Amino acid sequence: MLKHSALTGLLAAVPSAVLAAEPGADAAISDPAVHFDHLWNEMLVDITAIGIVFSLVALYFLVRYRRRHAGEQGRPVKLTALAAVGWAVIPAFAFMADDFYLAAKALNLLNDYRNVPGDRFEVKMESAMWSWTYTYPNGTQAVNELRVPAGKPVVLRMTSKDVVHSHFIPDFRVKEDSMPGRVTYLMFYPQKPGEHVATCAEFCGMMHSKMFGRIIVMPPAEFQAWYDGETRKVAQEKIQQKGV
Amino acid sequence: MGTVLKEWIFTTDHKRVGVLYLIGSLAAFAIAGVMAMLMRIELSTVGPTITANPQDYNVWLYFHGAAMILGFQIPALTGYLANYCVPLMIGARDVAFPRLNALSVWLFWGGIVLALLTFVIPDAPDIMWTGYPPYSLKTGGNTAFYTFTVLLIGFSSILGGVNFLTTVAYMRAPGMGWNRLNVFVWSIVAAFIIQLIFVPVLGTAVTMLLFDKYLGTHFFDPVAGGDVLIYQNLFWFYSHPAVYVILLPFVGITYEIFATFARQRIFNYKMVVYGGMGGVLLLAGEVWAHHLYYAGMPDWLRAGMTVTTLLISIPVGLLMIGLIGTLYRGAISFQVPMLWALGVLFTFFVGGLTGIPLAMASLTFHVGDTAFIPGHFHYVMAVAGTFAIFASVYYLFPKMTGRMYNETVGRIGFWFTFIGINLVFMPMMIAGFRGMPRRYYDYSQFPQLEPMHQLMTVGACIILVGALVTLYNWIQALVSGEKAPANPWGSKSLEWTTPSPPPPGNFPTAPVLGDNWTPYDYGASLTART
Repeated sequence: MLKHSALTGLLAAVPSAVLAAEPGADAAISDPAVHFDHLWNEMLVDITAIGIVFSLVALYFLVRYRRRHAGEQGRPVKLTALAAVGWAVIPAFAFMADDFYLAAKALNLLNDYRNVPGDRFEVKMESAMWSWTYTYPNGTQAVNELRVPAGKPVVLRMTSKDVVHSHFIPDFRVKEDSMPGRVTYLMFYPQKPGEHVATCAEFCGMMHSKMFGRIIVMPPAEFQAWYDGETRKVAQEKIQQKGV
Repeated sequence: MGTVLKEWIFTTDHKRVGVLYLIGSLAAFAIAGVMAMLMRIELSTVGPTITANPQDYNVWLYFHGAAMILGFQIPALTGYLANYCVPLMIGARDVAFPRLNALSVWLFWGGIVLALLTFVIPDAPDIMWTGYPPYSLKTGGNTAFYTFTVLLIGFSSILGGVNFLTTVAYMRAPGMGWNRLNVFVWSIVAAFIIQLIFVPVLGTAVTMLLFDKYLGTHFFDPVAGGDVLIYQNLFWFYSHPAVYVILLPFVGITYEIFATFARQRIFNYKMVVYGGMGGVLLLAGEVWAHHLYYAGMPDWLRAGMTVTTLLISIPVGLLMIGLIGTLYRGAISFQVPMLWALGVLFTFFVGGLTGIPLAMASLTFHVGDTAFIPGHFHYVMAVAGTFAIFASVYYLFPKMTGRMYNETVGRIGFWFTFIGINLVFMPMMIAGFRGMPRRYYDYSQFPQLEPMHQLMTVGACIILVGALVTLYNWIQALVSGEKAPANPWGSKSLEWTTPSPPPPGNFPTAPVLGDNWTPYDYGASLTART
């Protein structure tokens, strides 16, 4: 077990955290964004197939049974009781089978989103009209800009100062609301260095559409250097405050 | 003129009440449509286009959503269509409580007038039609306006529910058994059962909002022990079933039009009524939390709601099979009402299929609250419902006015609208998948989506042309259309046995139903009847 769910409790968290720290363990952590795209494509094939079948049948009927002269009437089909029941029950079970197939896939993906690895980078986020404030474990704060190391899962522990917001990172296929009075979580797994948009997806007033920031994914070494520098700054600030 | 106006305002005749509903809801549709045009023009470029104030945009969007759902679709389908058709279809002289009926149309008009005052007051509501707290409590916008509009229209719906359920239960013509009812009548029964169960919940939710904002209670204030999510649950506990209040009647009237223009019996009537409509009714109240998938919901609830929401595809699939099956071995004519009804089939189908990913909690983590959502629900509900309402106006036009519309102009109006909606809502879903969130005044973080937004704006202009052509057609026909016969379509349903327009009391002689009578008794004779 390289990952644990919130439901399996604290006991499972200890060994998985140890295991995940071993070299090569990262490869086994699944990236929800990759699985999302996979399921999305599969679902598109599914609905396109249903769409084509129904459309072809409807189109055929429309052409084949068009009215040819003004007085023409339809030729009703009298269904036997068995046929009537069959036409209801067989499609119902076929649809139900497809529903449960999709539900099973969806629940699997849900697990990818919630199985948060023990070895993660956890940042606190507080949303307010109209900005995101990130607080790193060392106490550093940043507004609308989150720097994270590549190759390590990131967890945001979120709350909101005023109204409901939603932290949406389209590139990582993830969003979760933040709200006053509750703590919510969001996990994503940046693989490569780069920049991504984080934008608000829950209507929050006048500047809703301007409430966005950047997620900057840095090479791990570069990130570490930056982070250590910030840690020193925070420590110095504390010393200065005590001195005063 | 004065007496005519007095006759209309104080009418208790169900047909006139229906027409009053139609006029009011079309007015709401027109103004909400203007708001949509303003929004589309605003979004045609990155940065400010016609207003530099995002608040303007938010008020347009609030009005568009609230007026289209509460002022147009629900009243047009359960007010105008139910009033006009149900008593005629069941062979009744009027509804069970005609004066209550008049009261409900007055309440509706009160709600419409209140909603229109949005543009007069200085602090217009800007809380979207959902009105989520804490924003709706903190905003300087006038949340009370929203609450009172919802309450007025809600009371109107409840009175309508009592009235129509009683009417269908007790006012059917002799011999009109339950299994002989028009599919549309069944859809109204199901829709009003939903309204009676769930409207009070919405009333409660918006009243709590009013109390929190103006009377100092703390239902939604976490600092004082409240919870912001209670509102979202109460709101969607009504507002998801409300989708079915719209869906069932628009599917119902589409069935009527399909049967009439294909001159064919409903395919597997009992499957459609009990499996399709009954199934939707049963599942209506078990899926609301899919609107809260990424609002900090526990995973076990996400899993459960994924399953119940997916199961909605069963009754909806049966309704789809019934519609397509009704075309089988029919004699299909493509007159204007049928064109719009086929438009319903198409948009409802696209919307239904794109709803499947939205049932799956884990897929909404990306597409939820993006433009994919408005793209999807416009197809499945907004456009499909509007197409059905337009189809019904064309279908009932000879009956309501005694005049015929122009076929060619009607076709032009349809094709413009049909092409336009696809140019708006297909790109909208794609933009949503590419990250465009909904309810955005601007999108400077996604400049690459500008061409797509421009395409949508072009589509909106094409819809506008289609809508204006349609409106022109109706007005022109009303003023100088040819006189309509009693039954221009050769329909077998009871409403077409009355003169056009039907006199007060509907049936000059009480309808007599033979042993083998059904409203879809086609194929019995081969004599020409156009």
